[in-house]
Amino acid sequence: MHNSIAVLLVAVFLASAVEMVEALTIVVAVGVTRGWRSALEGTVTAVVVLAGLVAAVGPALVHFVPLAALRVVVGGLLLVFGLQWLQKAVLRSAGLKAKHDEDRIFQDQVTVLSTGDVSTGGPRAPGRDSTAFTVAFKGVFLEGLEVVVIVLTLGATENRLALASLAALAAVVLVGAVGAVVARQLSGVPENALKAVVGVMLVSYGTFWTGEGIGVHWPGSDLALLVLAAAYGTVAWLLGRLLGRDAEQDVRVA
Amino acid sequence: MSPDQHRPATGDHGRASQEVTALAPGRRALVAFGRFWWDFLVGDTPELLIGSLAALGAAALLAHGVGVRSVVVGSLPAFVVLVLVLSSLRARARIRAARRTELER
Repeated sequence: MHNSIAVLLVAVFLASAVEMVEALTIVVAVGVTRGWRSALEGTVTAVVVLAGLVAAVGPALVHFVPLAALRVVVGGLLLVFGLQWLQKAVLRSAGLKAKHDEDRIFQDQVTVLSTGDVSTGGPRAPGRDSTAFTVAFKGVFLEGLEVVVIVLTLGATENRLALASLAALAAVVLVGAVGAVVARQLSGVPENALKAVVGVMLVSYGTFWTGEGIGVHWPGSDLALLVLAAAYGTVAWLLGRLLGRDAEQDVRVA
Repeated sequence: MSPDQHRPATGDHGRASQEVTALAPGRRALVAFGRFWWDFLVGDTPELLIGSLAALGAAALLAHGVGVRSVVVGSLPAFVVLVLVLSSLRARARIRAARRTELER
């Protein structure tokens, strides 16, 4: 059980940190170009709405859905979601897909927001800047929704909703604090590597729970999670290297 | 989550966004909710959803039909690895085709 909790905490923390780096890039871009007050108001509103979602849906999931059904459905969700993260990580490490570049995203956001030609608003007006509020809210809410799904699925299935929420909150606080210090240097965060690790963990949890739900008895119980993570990590690394070698040959031929 | 989702809508996405905006608030929320789950589960890799479901189905059949425990335990991770490999190869083929088209222009 201890292994399982440790993996859960690390998975939730890393997933939340990665998503919050993406959200912070948007919030900092909004704050720098349109003013901090509305950007922070949008951010806080989104965080409150997301926390409300966890508080409303989480206990209902734990209390009213049978554990076996919850594990199959939630495990299936994690499996699909984790495979998406892992496939992108493989393609990025092979050089087939552009790496997530926070600097470029920041510059793009600043350019769009500076022109005032934004579909969500218009030029800056005195008082609350609705464009800044909306863009910051949307950025934090959309990135945060993925965190909410991960917190709910991992937390509810392990019956550790409070612990999963705390891990996510710790990531939000840490990324927020680091973001306040380094401001526009978020590209220094090894986001692509973190995404690969989170992908491996989500796929491992997804396999473990769906397996339990359909009647697979894992040898070593929770220890199987670590074996699965090691196996998937190795496969993803090998696949990335293999596809990367082919991509290099393609470039030489071209 | 793609950063494009936070940007002003243009082109086809812009038209789709305008269509959604024109709906009543209740339906708009419903469409947005549906879109979130569609992007979340399907996105540009529908083969991962289909492959995962097929892997689960096959593993469930084995779990209830085969008595050998090691076969059952090994089958699900093996199917998951197969889905990842096939999906990555499909993505590589797509990317190569796009690059070839770009070079030919």
